[in-house]
Amino acid sequence: MSMDRRKFLKLLGLAGVGLGIGSDFVQMSPAEASSGHGLPSSGERLGMVIDARNLTDEDFTRMIDACHSIHNVPTLIPEKNDVKNEIKWLWTDTYNHTFPEQINEYHPDSLREKEFPLLCNHCDKPPCVRVCPTQATFRSKNGIVAQDPHRCIGCRFCMAACPYGSRSFNYVDPRLYLTKMNPDFPTRTMGVVEKCTFCVERLAKGLQPACVVESGGALVFGNLADAHSEVRKILSTHFTLRRKPTLGTMPSVFYVIGGEDYAG
Amino acid sequence: MLDKALTGSKRYWTLIIVLLGFIGIGTLAYLHQFKNGLGVTGMSRDVSWGFYISQFTFLVGVAASAVMLVIPYYLHDYKKFSKIVILGEFLAVASVTMCMLFIFVDMGQPMRMMNVILHPTPNSILFWDATVLNGYLFLNIIIGWTTLHAEKKQTAPPKWVKPLIYLSIPWAVSIHTVTAFLYAGIPGRHFWLTAIMAARFLASAFAGGPALLIILALMLRKYTKFDPGKEPIQTIGKIVTYAMCANVFFILLEVFTAFYSQIPGHMHAFEYLFAGIEGHGKLVPLMWISIICAVGALIMLVPPKIRSKESNLVKACVLVFISLWIDKGFGLVIGGFVPNHFGTVTEYWPTLPETAITLGVWATGFLVLTILYKVAISVREELGTAKSEY
Repeated sequence: MSMDRRKFLKLLGLAGVGLGIGSDFVQMSPAEASSGHGLPSSGERLGMVIDARNLTDEDFTRMIDACHSIHNVPTLIPEKNDVKNEIKWLWTDTYNHTFPEQINEYHPDSLREKEFPLLCNHCDKPPCVRVCPTQATFRSKNGIVAQDPHRCIGCRFCMAACPYGSRSFNYVDPRLYLTKMNPDFPTRTMGVVEKCTFCVERLAKGLQPACVVESGGALVFGNLADAHSEVRKILSTHFTLRRKPTLGTMPSVFYVIGGEDYAG
Repeated sequence: MLDKALTGSKRYWTLIIVLLGFIGIGTLAYLHQFKNGLGVTGMSRDVSWGFYISQFTFLVGVAASAVMLVIPYYLHDYKKFSKIVILGEFLAVASVTMCMLFIFVDMGQPMRMMNVILHPTPNSILFWDATVLNGYLFLNIIIGWTTLHAEKKQTAPPKWVKPLIYLSIPWAVSIHTVTAFLYAGIPGRHFWLTAIMAARFLASAFAGGPALLIILALMLRKYTKFDPGKEPIQTIGKIVTYAMCANVFFILLEVFTAFYSQIPGHMHAFEYLFAGIEGHGKLVPLMWISIICAVGALIMLVPPKIRSKESNLVKACVLVFISLWIDKGFGLVIGGFVPNHFGTVTEYWPTLPETAITLGVWATGFLVLTILYKVAISVREELGTAKSEY
């Protein structure tokens, strides 16, 4: 059987691809496999660790104000005490509401009622992306689940699909409810869905997400795929929780909740 | 043939004008919504789908139910359905029209509707739903119109329509299966995340759709020269009976899984719908009406002695329709959103503009239905074949 050079190289290439795919799994150490969601330790997957132990109401206010004012998120609640049409990218809720699957009746009230910051989880397997009929929401290569408000048709399938309640729909014209407008960030039109973007516009300028900057060090942002990143260091040394892990969405937001702090 | 819709009795024109009136009110309400946003509805951040999507879901079932006439007539050569099968096909056309309108009025950016086609996304069930619904609409328009045209000319329908008829059978199943998949594939919404959803949808569709058809056919007999015949109505009554039994059985399966397993997430929606949670129970009376109607309908349907009396059968069909309209046209969608992902309750109730738009869409569907039925019956009245011999 004869084989010309071209054919040989082609086969070699195919074999290489095969090996390449295999090597991601082969080269992964057991430690990486258990901590890194079965992903290769190369590439980029942006994520966040929230050390919620010492975050105070003042911290939350600062973080939320920064996020919402930078991103022209309208303030709807004080207007008519109207939660119905509310838009929120970053907000807080109690432990019991944040981790409803991880409640027990003997938790101390201090934990039960402790507030945790909530935002889009930028899931590795985002259900919102799976259901979107126009690819208006999509997962970027760096792991950010992005949203194109110009393509969104406002079907709200993503809101039904997101198990974290992270998405808001512009039921009313958001521009009417902006107290101050940031000219550097686009406002949205009525009838589209929006959510946290991990401050993709700030990352492009080499800045950290606004909430991270305002958190006084409690929020750490970085590359989950890099074993030497700060987020990975915290994840390997602290007990962390993710919201609703059984759904298999693989959130990129992790919570350090402490434990002994709440006893007594 | 459409010219037949342009002449009619005073009663016919009164109906048309009443329907146009509702459409007018609905259009005005829609313009209000278009200008001010979906905030004019009762939908919220937590309950992000409401009346529109639940009505859509219910009507997909009504549309799919045409297959319950098509299968006996075309596959089993059940001649007794010869007069009524066209009513099923035209009901499907009207229902799918309403489905599309409900999707349209639910969109935040309706002007961007074509994005679904410009950026086709096969992993989105909504993309497939749009595809199968459009296909089903065209199939039924073509089949219904062609067979009626042939009937008018007193010839056999053209050969090419037969494959389309056969295709319409699995297609009918597909529209409701895909619609069930909108819900049944979403992680974290326990009420919807159930493999039996599509089967349950089909069962309720095959009960609700034919029940509506019996009501419509008997109304036509009362007000026109059309007579569907006694036996065909009884046969459809039998179909309604079996399908309704299957539907209730499937719901009970859900109840068993939720309450025997005692998994809170699986029980919550049922608790909210039938008992209320933390004092929130806007839907409780409605859901119990649905249950009572279902039980009442089964009592009248199951014993052949009772349902064989046509007046009883009609009453049972009204009960079936009300029961399923509440169950699927309200409870199923809202129940999936309550309680929300944080375990708290945000309730939903349609607003006045939302109700007006909903009525407008129904009126549009009934206008389409009225016109199509008028054409079909006028053709037969002229031929002197409006009465079934069965």
